[in-house]
Amino acid sequence: MEAAVEAAVEAAVEASAEATRGPVIELVGVCRSFPAQPPVLALDDVSLRVDRGDYLAIIGPSGSGKSTLLNVLGLLDRPSSGSYRLDGTETTRLRDGARTRLRGDRIGFVFQSFHLLSHRSVVENVMLAEIYRRQGRKGRRERALTALERVGLGNRAGFAPNLLSGGERQRAAIARALLGTPSLLLCDEPTGNLDSRNTEAVLGLFDELRDQGLTIVVITHEREVSERAGRRVRITDGVLVEE
Amino acid sequence: MHVRDLYDEAVAGMLARPVRSALTTLGTVLGITTLVVTLGVAATAGNQIVGRFDELVATAVTVEVPRNAHKPLVTWDAVDRLTRLRGVESAAAVSESEEGTNLSVRSNDLVDPTRVTARSLTVLAATTGLPQAVRGRMVQGRFYDAGHVQRADRVAVIGDETARMLGVTRLDRAPAIFIGKHAYTVIGILGDLGREKNLSSAVVVPPTVGSRFGLRDVTRVLVNTSLGAAGLIAGQAPAALSPGNGDMLQVISPPSPTRARDKAQDDVNALFLILGLVSLVVGAVGIANVTLVTVMERVPEIGLRRSLGAARRHIAAQFLLESTLIGLVGGVIGASLGVVVVVAIAATKQWTPLLDAWLAVAAPVAGAVVGLLAGLYPALRAARMEPVDALR
Repeated sequence: MEAAVEAAVEAAVEASAEATRGPVIELVGVCRSFPAQPPVLALDDVSLRVDRGDYLAIIGPSGSGKSTLLNVLGLLDRPSSGSYRLDGTETTRLRDGARTRLRGDRIGFVFQSFHLLSHRSVVENVMLAEIYRRQGRKGRRERALTALERVGLGNRAGFAPNLLSGGERQRAAIARALLGTPSLLLCDEPTGNLDSRNTEAVLGLFDELRDQGLTIVVITHEREVSERAGRRVRITDGVLVEE
Repeated sequence: MHVRDLYDEAVAGMLARPVRSALTTLGTVLGITTLVVTLGVAATAGNQIVGRFDELVATAVTVEVPRNAHKPLVTWDAVDRLTRLRGVESAAAVSESEEGTNLSVRSNDLVDPTRVTARSLTVLAATTGLPQAVRGRMVQGRFYDAGHVQRADRVAVIGDETARMLGVTRLDRAPAIFIGKHAYTVIGILGDLGREKNLSSAVVVPPTVGSRFGLRDVTRVLVNTSLGAAGLIAGQAPAALSPGNGDMLQVISPPSPTRARDKAQDDVNALFLILGLVSLVVGAVGIANVTLVTVMERVPEIGLRRSLGAARRHIAAQFLLESTLIGLVGGVIGASLGVVVVVAIAATKQWTPLLDAWLAVAAPVAGAVVGLLAGLYPALRAARMEPVDALR
């Protein structure tokens, strides 16, 4: 049965490869409500299109539905209704396993708290991104080192994460997200734990990556971060408005 | 996910908190050690007990000859027929009678009112094979031979206890003892008896002499067989000793050695096996507890792995493998410790350590199974976690 799921994903991936010209993200009428008295509508009829190479900032106050939107975009959560196409693949009807595989293959996550494993070296943390993919073990370290070079941390590969500065840690986490060339870099408050100098370094890195053609979606409440993005959308009480 | 990756992740997870992992293995180490020591010591001791039975009892056969008014059931020369049987190592015929017990024996004829010189001792007659048949040795001098018997020489062999009581210390001057009114030359002292230990306080005379003390007929035949032949000889001895009247003889043969071993093992095993199993259960609870705590601590890591594309089964497999490895390590350490303890115990008691080879394999496997079972619930908890909740 699992093989059948994989075959389905494979077909979907191939189909999407043909549609590389199409949008990376296409949300149409997405709603997400949580059961409560009365039910909470975290996302209210959200429609959003993100094209290849876009650098999009999603801004809004806390409790506005930012996190719910991020979870839906990251395939961590299912919308209650509506359609979400990632790289042309309709994800709302996919089974759990297929969604997990799609998530691992297509989306690179960057978290506010970095989520680096403290007892593993920087390069091992980056290599972690590949172990759940079908890619072989051969050349993994080299690919991880290349990703570290790309974020300017080639000289920190053997370090333990707690020896790095906050900015360096976030760059290591970005290197991990970049491994395996994802279609989408999904960042959740990536500078929330950083001082202004480190924030500047990370934002500079985002600019570089955007110039290399990567699609980046950043969720933030910091003006400084959102101003660097090419596009801004504001979410208030679950309603999305383009700025 | 590649199996090597799964293994690497589990090992890394285990080594991330080495002290905790080491402490977690303790319960399993104790349990497996107890089990191995119990089984090992029981096997070793069981083997030892059987060894002792072999030496003393398992080859000793005694034939009791009832009195017969008209004609003796067993003649003195019947013992020669018995020793010709295959499986008989040594045999001797002995005659005891009521007349022969409590005879006054003294080592000289002086009457000394301040000392008790006369001892009340048992006198019995025996064939020449007696020292071998009772597994003793001549402490001094020699046993009488066929010539003494034939000539009806007035010689006697006394037990070492008798010699002490009568004050006979050396034989080079051919000391005499008086049984009743007659003197007999002491030619040997018999000691270190393996069976029939009461002979050490007795006086033994040749059959041809014994008739004076009412020791005419054979009353008992002592037989030593080679290992494992006791049952066979017990069946054959009556016919060899007394053809035609064999069923009137009473044969006393040793109990089956296998039953002795089973009994010894059962006694030792039961209690300690229960102890070992209890330790194992405690060990399993310990592993389950710590793994559960570890899972709760590593919720963000689980979230990260899910975001990197790990399916639920990947998460479950990792935690399951971690707890299994902890159990396996505990099993290996426990088995090693257990073997060392068994060998040490055997060394101090000068036993031969006896351990089943499969125990060395089964003990670590048992540890791993304990770890696997203990990890089931925590792994399930980890796998059931929603990625959204784990990343919060």
